[in-house]
Amino acid sequence: MKTTGIQYWLAAAMFALAGVTAASAQDKGLENPRSTAFHQDLKDKKVVFLPLSMGFDLTEGWAAVMRKQAARLGYSFEIRDPAWSTDAGTRALSSLITEKPDLIVLHNPDIQSYARLIKQAQAAGIKIVQINLESNSTSDSYVGADWTEIGEQAAQAIVGKCDTGKGVSTKIAIDTGVPTAASDVFQLDGIYRVLKDHPAIQVVSQQATEYNAEKARSIMETVLQQHADLCGAIGIWDNQDTGTASAIQQAGKGAQVFLVTSGGGNRVGCENVEKGLFNLYISYNVPLQGDILNAEIARLLQTKSSAGEVKTMYFTPLTQITKDNINQRNCWTLDDLK
Amino acid sequence: MNRAGPLAQAGWHKGVIRKLLRSQEGIVLLLAVAAFILFSLVLPSFLSPGNLIALVRSVSILGILALGMALVVIARGIDVSMIATMVVSVAWAFVLARSGYSFETALAIGGVFALAAGLGIGLLIAFGEVAPIFATLATGSVIYGLGRTFFFQLEMQNVPPGNDWFAAIGRGTLAGIPLTIVAFAVLCAVVHGILTRTRFGWLLYAMGSNPAAARTTGAPMRPMVVAQYMISAGIAYIAGLILASSAAAINARLFNSTMIYDILLVVVLGGIGLNGGHGRVRNVVLGTVFVGILLNGMTIMNIDFTVQNLVKGVVLLLAIVADSLVNPRDEQTSQQGDL
Repeated sequence: MKTTGIQYWLAAAMFALAGVTAASAQDKGLENPRSTAFHQDLKDKKVVFLPLSMGFDLTEGWAAVMRKQAARLGYSFEIRDPAWSTDAGTRALSSLITEKPDLIVLHNPDIQSYARLIKQAQAAGIKIVQINLESNSTSDSYVGADWTEIGEQAAQAIVGKCDTGKGVSTKIAIDTGVPTAASDVFQLDGIYRVLKDHPAIQVVSQQATEYNAEKARSIMETVLQQHADLCGAIGIWDNQDTGTASAIQQAGKGAQVFLVTSGGGNRVGCENVEKGLFNLYISYNVPLQGDILNAEIARLLQTKSSAGEVKTMYFTPLTQITKDNINQRNCWTLDDLK
Repeated sequence: MNRAGPLAQAGWHKGVIRKLLRSQEGIVLLLAVAAFILFSLVLPSFLSPGNLIALVRSVSILGILALGMALVVIARGIDVSMIATMVVSVAWAFVLARSGYSFETALAIGGVFALAAGLGIGLLIAFGEVAPIFATLATGSVIYGLGRTFFFQLEMQNVPPGNDWFAAIGRGTLAGIPLTIVAFAVLCAVVHGILTRTRFGWLLYAMGSNPAAARTTGAPMRPMVVAQYMISAGIAYIAGLILASSAAAINARLFNSTMIYDILLVVVLGGIGLNGGHGRVRNVVLGTVFVGILLNGMTIMNIDFTVQNLVKGVVLLLAIVADSLVNPRDEQTSQQGDL
């Protein structure tokens, strides 16, 4: 009985003491062990970005957002720019495998070229996040547009304008980019999935522009000569479709041909919507993608699981930009992101 | 007389065709005519005036660039840096215009840059005695690298807003003909004048057919070389302005495209041999129009991208094979070498 009494008092005293220390500690706040661990985990890590090429709105935008977080959290961030060359990109990726950074952010030129190297890199313990253009081989994470969904949305918009009895005709044209890129293969699948249910729609032209605005312009000019009653057009990228739009405007068919395009939501693209060059602009919002990318980088740098062990993906949301919703949230400039 | 007429005429036709088949230019001309007739019969609105204008317009810029290239190739050079010069000088001009310079000043600076690039290349070849193909291949990368590193960050540069007269170059028309085509025609006339009426033009042929002889007879070789590359750079700049005006933007990425090979395709297809010394403006026009007919017809037929490239490649190959059959390598070329 006695001992339990002493124990009781001892416990009470300890409890009070703990309360006092806690109270005095609260004056200067509490160290959050998770915050410390978070910063500790990320510090001095090495992240490398291997884009298709620098120098265009998408990659410059993502890089600006990623660079900002790297500076905030103290990990290094480097860019290897292969300048549109798949060969140079393959070489860069191979040498990165020996260099062993902690994480590579990878932008695939097509669905096949890097597939093998992605597996090798992960086997070597390097985590890989793919951005916006997928490879056939999956990795730790993919952040980017769901091209199939873009194709479906574009085709649905076109069907709404050009199905039987809705437009001047049921003829549409498709301007693709490079036939082997993820943006092309998956988007075309999305488009044709929708068109399958609307057999009246005729695709009178499907031509590759190699992302070249002048080539897109001359293709659309020729198509309009052949099919003066063209009702709609789907372009695969806003950067090239300025050319498509300029051919349509020049033929005086701006009101007749409904042009759908997609892109990262750069201010320049929005300006073209404002000017009536693009009727619908499906945006995959580069700043938002950059933020999600940053979250993925931080998550993967912290997890103890080995590279390639858990594979996740997130298809970022799409915004349909028309003349009515051109605003700060949907349209950005590179300076905003820096 | 009445009976002999048609016979004589048939003989004359045969003679002409045989004569045509004897030169590569003639073969390409026959091919072009054949393609033209075929497309006119098969494709319903191929022959419409609208389509023919679209056809020529779509290759006018290529044609303009090919004029510059032809000038250099005739003098036994080659300039594969044209696209780099074109995109960098025009893109830089647009960036300058956006950063506060007046648009006209910016365009002038872009022009000076293009000429300076041509001057640099010319000096390298004339005084550094570097082979033109290597000199221009390397400087092309240097020019593009300079541009990407120092002059502009984004490859895609839109035409600065508020310059309506500039937009008119690429989109305006003169008597129903797009100004792009008019510009091509004018430049054809100018280059033709240079090649046939000026001492500079004659010396180009002299340098091309026999450099050693040209040097011994006192041709100012080095200044001539520098001038050629400055002209081709200047033409590249003009082509770039027209291109930017017509697509409302310039994309520096063209440097990485196959455009430079398309220019060579036009030049070689038209019958200007890469060993220099021969070829005229009509060869460039022929090459341009033939490529235009092919591209236009294939676009109308909605032929797949890869197949289009295949067709272009096969045609070029045939032209080269035809050229070496028609103009076999002789003692002279084997002594002097060619590209």
